[in-house]
Amino acid sequence: MPGERREAMVTLLFRLASVVFALLLTALVLVLVQAPPLEAFRLILKGAFGSPKKVADIFVIWIPLLLTSAGLLLTFHAGLWNIGIEGQIVLGAVFATGVLRYLQDTTIAPTLALILAFVAAALGGMIWALLSGVLKVYGGVNEIFSGLGLDFVAVTLVLYLIFGPWKRPGVGSMSGTEPFPRELWLPTLEKMRLSPWALALALVAWIMVIVLLQRSYFGLRLRAVGRNPRAAYLMMGLSPARLTLLAFAICGVFAGLAGAIQVTAVYHRLIPAISSGYGWLGLLVGMLVNYSPIWIGPVAWFFAMLNLGSIQLPIVLKVDSTLAGVLQGTLVYSFLLGEGIRMKWQQRRREIGESE
Amino acid sequence: MRVELRNIHKHFGPVHANAGITLTFEEGKIHGLLGENGAGKSTLMKILSGFYRPDDGEIYLDGQRVSFHHPADALRQGVGMLHQDPLDFPVMTVLENFMAGSPGGMVPDKRKARKSLKTLGEQFGFHLDPDATVASLTVGERQQLEILRLLWLGARVLIFDEPTTGISAQQKERLFQALRQLASEGRTIIFVTHKLYEVQELCDTAAVLRLGKLMGRRTAPYDLDDLVKLMFGRVLKMERKPAVPLGEPIFRVEDLAVESARVRIRNVYLEVRAGEVIGLAGMEGSGQRYLLRACAGLLRPTSGRVWFRGREMTGRSYLDFYQAGATYLPATRLEEGLLPGLRVADHLVLTRGSRGFFVNERHARDLAQEAIRTFNIRGRPDSMVEALSGGNQQRLLLSLLRPNLSLLFLEHPTRGLDMESTLWVWEQLLERCRQGTAIFFMSSDLDELLNYSDRILVFFAGQVSAPIPAEELDTESLGRLIGGYGFVPVEEAQTMSVGEAAHAR
Amino acid sequence: MDTLLVGLAGVVALSTPVVLATLGEILTERAGVINLALNGTILLSAMTGFAVAVNSGSLLWGFLAGGTVGMTVALLVTFTSLTLGQSQVAVGFVLTLLTRDLSYFLGNPYMGKQGPRLPHWPLPVLQDIPILGPLLFRHDLMVYLSYVVILGMWFWFFYTRPGLILRGLGERPAAAYVRGARVRELRYLYAALGGFLAGLAGPAYSLSVKAGWKGTISGLDGIGWIALALTIFGGWHPLRGALGAYLFGLLQWLSLVLQPQLKDIPSQVLQVAPFPTMILLLLFVNIGNTEWMQRTLAGLPPEVRRLVERALRALQVSPPAALGKVFREE
Repeated sequence: MPGERREAMVTLLFRLASVVFALLLTALVLVLVQAPPLEAFRLILKGAFGSPKKVADIFVIWIPLLLTSAGLLLTFHAGLWNIGIEGQIVLGAVFATGVLRYLQDTTIAPTLALILAFVAAALGGMIWALLSGVLKVYGGVNEIFSGLGLDFVAVTLVLYLIFGPWKRPGVGSMSGTEPFPRELWLPTLEKMRLSPWALALALVAWIMVIVLLQRSYFGLRLRAVGRNPRAAYLMMGLSPARLTLLAFAICGVFAGLAGAIQVTAVYHRLIPAISSGYGWLGLLVGMLVNYSPIWIGPVAWFFAMLNLGSIQLPIVLKVDSTLAGVLQGTLVYSFLLGEGIRMKWQQRRREIGESE
Repeated sequence: MRVELRNIHKHFGPVHANAGITLTFEEGKIHGLLGENGAGKSTLMKILSGFYRPDDGEIYLDGQRVSFHHPADALRQGVGMLHQDPLDFPVMTVLENFMAGSPGGMVPDKRKARKSLKTLGEQFGFHLDPDATVASLTVGERQQLEILRLLWLGARVLIFDEPTTGISAQQKERLFQALRQLASEGRTIIFVTHKLYEVQELCDTAAVLRLGKLMGRRTAPYDLDDLVKLMFGRVLKMERKPAVPLGEPIFRVEDLAVESARVRIRNVYLEVRAGEVIGLAGMEGSGQRYLLRACAGLLRPTSGRVWFRGREMTGRSYLDFYQAGATYLPATRLEEGLLPGLRVADHLVLTRGSRGFFVNERHARDLAQEAIRTFNIRGRPDSMVEALSGGNQQRLLLSLLRPNLSLLFLEHPTRGLDMESTLWVWEQLLERCRQGTAIFFMSSDLDELLNYSDRILVFFAGQVSAPIPAEELDTESLGRLIGGYGFVPVEEAQTMSVGEAAHAR
Repeated sequence: MDTLLVGLAGVVALSTPVVLATLGEILTERAGVINLALNGTILLSAMTGFAVAVNSGSLLWGFLAGGTVGMTVALLVTFTSLTLGQSQVAVGFVLTLLTRDLSYFLGNPYMGKQGPRLPHWPLPVLQDIPILGPLLFRHDLMVYLSYVVILGMWFWFFYTRPGLILRGLGERPAAAYVRGARVRELRYLYAALGGFLAGLAGPAYSLSVKAGWKGTISGLDGIGWIALALTIFGGWHPLRGALGAYLFGLLQWLSLVLQPQLKDIPSQVLQVAPFPTMILLLLFVNIGNTEWMQRTLAGLPPEVRRLVERALRALQVSPPAALGKVFREE
């Protein structure tokens, strides 16, 4: 129908407008700190695309971000705000580190050690996520608060490990634990930090979530529980408790794997900021894609590009690298704003159309 | 105060809810406003009380043209409305509710308000504890509070929207008395209802609306058939449940008890046979919902045993009951029954169970098409449920019930429906009975309970009676029972002889 | 004894920003609006308040700037959710992240700078009351302001005419509407006021309790979430909410004081203690509402059941019924 196509055009226009609006707002913020906005945007692009290695680094950020976003989309569809995702990444990293530390002194084959580390990481993330789930289902504690509390606990656990039992020979420092021997690093492309194995894992997770959410009964049930747990229970005989826990568990597995990748492919050790804030960023990605699993790929990639591009900003422009966060946050906010205005506008148009 | 409505029009989207209504309400009289759901009577009254603004038309009070921008505006000029579900604050006390919204300084004078509440209440025989929370009151008492509040604020025109739903026979008697008293003091009373016998009993005049238009105006005494024709354009009657041959016993509870801070339901023994209908009667909040939920496994009974289709289900959860062929249909459709944001087809797929891992889109559409056809739902398989109208949502909800259900639990199956839809819903339900489904339903409509139940459980103040065959009751005796007169809780009844129990009833 | 008193007086001072933020949120939520952006709001207002005070040399301007930041964020949340119909949780969450990043980004030039600090101002006469004097009345103006806010809000909620309507707004807006309330306008108003109070919490740190701006290591990240949890724990009651905030301050102080004594427990564990405590508190006040708990209770013998039920009910809180729901007049 031409009407539907028109509506789609309007939607697209509003989304473009919100991107422009976000850029303008960010430019305004830059002006506030007396930095040239255009120059800053140019530097971000240069920082992200300046060399093949940099482009590869975008993917290094994209991989864990895609994993967390994919997991979060399941919890979003189940109507959950899985703020505990940061902690789940961290626990994955801790479990992976623990296994590798234990196995590095044995004669086990490195490949097997890595596989075990990934399995343990998945388990760690899942346990942390299930804690939130159990607290919600059996304790009535809103997942936002339990997740947030558990995030802090997880970060503290890492600090404790780095300065306590797992400290470097001599004295513990913020630089993290002792790096693993090279054979326990996840193989990467030559002279780059990008691991094809990790990339494959993230792509599989992405496709899995697309299939689950768009085609499967499981996805439909998850949406049912997310939209109205009471009706899903009474009319459809679904168990909101079980589906909630399942959504948390799968998301925790994905987050744990992201943590394992951070440890085995990127840093090769446990560091305090091992999650790199990808959990929070994943939540923003989830909000921006508006429940659509296909879009998490490109959006996460764009966010990864911004993150990478802004790393050089403090050195060149003397502004803080949190500019990426400001831009990402502004984007999501103006997206919500744009959606709100669009719906109001279309509703008004419909009303006028009807009374004529 | 004389109220005049002239040529009132109101549109909601494509619906012409009020299409040029002109009506006068004289003071000192009780005026009935009759009509089915969707006839436009609520809209008209909401316009008169300042909730809505008319698209066109004028309102005159004592010959003065007025226009309201806010319900408080209308009240200030003397028009107050009592809504069907009283608009009050359940968590606050009676006195706080009484004072909220009253004009005056920053700090209200509690003592004065308390005194006014008491004196006003005494005039009408309403005895309300000013310090009780409103949540602990019955619907009837909450109405009384609202009436007093509106009078205190100077209302001279009082609109009552279906005030007799959910209140006991005694409370209804007292309400009618109060209305007569108010009218005799020179106030204008507008009584909105769809129950003819109430109009006959109470109202001096009756205006009938249908499809947004005024169909006619009559004065007492009325010719009932005439009123019915004005309302429906034809004669409709609620028929008693036809005799359905009852099948095997399929559901049994023994010595069931549900206890909490509010209810003390004990010693429930009940055996239900396929095709049987059990009605749960009682004022809102008397405990009927607790028993209904306990029987469905939604609440765990504190003691007793439950069998369903030959299997012991004591302490099992609702999901086990659901698997075994029971479904619980909640009263609020969109809130507890449907999934906003999902399509009609999704709903059918979810209730019809799934084969395999992937959703078969063609199968889903076929299911939806069939439901749309059989249940006369105005919508498409990929319509979102929140876009359907209320009546279509109700029909969709019924279409979602699986075929071959053994047991159906219903909260207020026809609340808010007009006569025609009510009859349609029960047609569907009775068809299920014929196929062997047993039904438990709670309702506050006495006629519905009497006409469709085989046996009735009466609830009063958190306690339950023994099951009573519906033939042994009529509107009057059932109305008295739910008000507590002659009510005998089952635990005491068992210690009495049969004769005594019959006498007490 | 004196050291204990000094310590407890420190707790009162340290808790003040949390009290302000919690009460601000209680006011907002009573009107039916959830402002989930509290955490970022406190950071941004702390930074802004500090920056303005440094530049203008005026503490007053600093506090006003902080409050204005809080108010602006709250109004953005309200506009985007009430007027534009977007999810309050989503909007609040995005804004909490955005304001946090903004505070770090814009605050970069002020990192570690010297700035003004709110002077102590013991109240004459009152400061000489034994025990209470040194505990409550030898502080700075913000602390006294928080007392006024606690008592004032309590009085406003339960003893005034507009307070009655305010409680109704979050409970049943339609009923407030027929009683003459302009629901949307009032919700905007209370959200703005609540936001302003929460915005004062920022400068209450950066110009008083933890003077200065230290970016990510200011130790303020997380406070807003604690305040949101305390709103629930306090059952949306100003006195109980304030009590929760003081208990939280006490806990923080204890972990500092006890650290030398408890050598076996690593210091990190004590620092993070408030967060599991927050979860536990929420568990206590909410577990009675869960279906699982009710099923379990029904299976217990009557005497035990009644006992547990009573205990749970004493703790239990329930939110304003219309919290987060949009109300349309007409």
